[in-house]
Amino acid sequence: MAKTDIPGIPSSEITPEHVYINRRQFMLGLGGLAAAAALAACAAPSSPAPAVGSVATLAPTAGKSTDELGDRLTTYEDVTTYNNYYEFGTDKSDPARQAKNFRTAPWTVQVGGLVNKPATFGVEDLIRLFPPEERIYRLRCVEAWSMVIPWQGFQLNKLLAAVEPTGAAKYVRFETLNDPEQMPGQRNDWYEWPYVEGLRLDEALHDLTLLATGVYGKPALPQNGAPLRLVVPWKYGFKSIKSIVKIDLVAEQPSSLWMVAAPDEYGFYANVNPDVNHPRWSQASERRIGETARRRTLPFNGYAEQVAGLYAGMDLAKFY
Amino acid sequence: MRRLSLPKFARYQLLVHLAALIPLAWLIFDAARGNLGANPIQAVEQRTGKYALILMAASLACTPLNTVTGWRSVLRWRRPLGLYAFVYAALHFLTFLGLDYGFDVGLIWLDVAGKRFILVGAAALAILVALAFTSTGAAMKRMGRRWKQLHRWVYAAGGLVIIHYAWAVKADIRGPLAWGALIAALLALRLPPVRRWFARQRVRRRLQGR
Repeated sequence: MAKTDIPGIPSSEITPEHVYINRRQFMLGLGGLAAAAALAACAAPSSPAPAVGSVATLAPTAGKSTDELGDRLTTYEDVTTYNNYYEFGTDKSDPARQAKNFRTAPWTVQVGGLVNKPATFGVEDLIRLFPPEERIYRLRCVEAWSMVIPWQGFQLNKLLAAVEPTGAAKYVRFETLNDPEQMPGQRNDWYEWPYVEGLRLDEALHDLTLLATGVYGKPALPQNGAPLRLVVPWKYGFKSIKSIVKIDLVAEQPSSLWMVAAPDEYGFYANVNPDVNHPRWSQASERRIGETARRRTLPFNGYAEQVAGLYAGMDLAKFY
Repeated sequence: MRRLSLPKFARYQLLVHLAALIPLAWLIFDAARGNLGANPIQAVEQRTGKYALILMAASLACTPLNTVTGWRSVLRWRRPLGLYAFVYAALHFLTFLGLDYGFDVGLIWLDVAGKRFILVGAAALAILVALAFTSTGAAMKRMGRRWKQLHRWVYAAGGLVIIHYAWAVKADIRGPLAWGALIAALLALRLPPVRRWFARQRVRRRLQGR
């Protein structure tokens, strides 16, 4: 019902494309500025200075059918029917079926912890405050399949700047809704619900890190993590937590659901890395959904230029 | 007309062949209709693997079923069920090599080196190959007592398949545990003391029935 609160028409359809593209380049510039400001304001002195990469190389793709590497978009059909969302079942086809009646409105997200201005936002407030833009990102699942998805969303750093993290904040902790009534998968007590994920503050502030509200110019469907999900394109898909109700700035590294479920298999960082195998399977190659042949996996999922600097000097085999 | 009706034994055999081939027909039907989802190659891999496991368990269930019920003709299903388990396991493996990896030896090597569940699965398949190639009556005669010893390896293959399955899933291993428990139970029913106990029970029942 109130789902219509989320703008359903991609701005590219309203604005002439060249104007639209210019506007977005301008906004990306702004985003970079905001991130830099936020960093200056709150990054802990001890944390490595993140290289705010050239997001411009990823920019305006509206109306295009490929990402910046020339890879074709995954079809809307596949993006909305092949999902890992264990709250709605462990089979890839479960979420599309079981999440059909999931209530995504009204929806609020509580942002707090080590911040000066904790606040609870309605999703519609977030969309008003931070108008969504399109980002075409590759998504690489830890199970060695991948997609190219056009998201609509806003940079997480804009939201974080609004709540003003204190100097003590080092990490960001995210939490999914806990509602076994609506999410039958949460009755499976093999896992410790609710789903929790975390990012280091500089990762969270990176311009590539997105809070998505839409897919393919439409409001996101529940199986894609509606109404609000994280998208961190250089990390394995499970880091990109769905249906977020809580975001906390914290001092200690949070433990994610997967770290708790299998500590020796899932690390905190989970950066896409063809040279660091999952303990039980290789990450050297992947299958792009819709393609037959496998392709080699790229370091940081092809975003090394933008994000490798975040991990300078770190042993990525140790911090997997 | 009388000559057309099959002997009872052959009718059972026909039923086994049909039952074992239905999953393959179903898979081909789904593939032709585009019903295999967004990742069809993985779907083929997973389904052929699952059918191999089901048929292996069915083949292993024949002897215990005979032990418990005394039903004799079930013993004739062992070989075709076991051979079909091998057929599906071979399809599973070929899907992995061909459909999934396009026979790209470099890529396969990269992945096999890092994927212990593939090594375990390959070991299980190697056992099944040996059993399939010695499944003829002639091989049975030629090998004598060694045939039985060799074919006991089917339980090793069963154990390896369960490990293969458990290592391939993400964290929730209830599926592999359930299948592992089933195969362990079928093995337990073959232990000589257990078998003798069931045989005595059957004799007792028969005597009481008189």
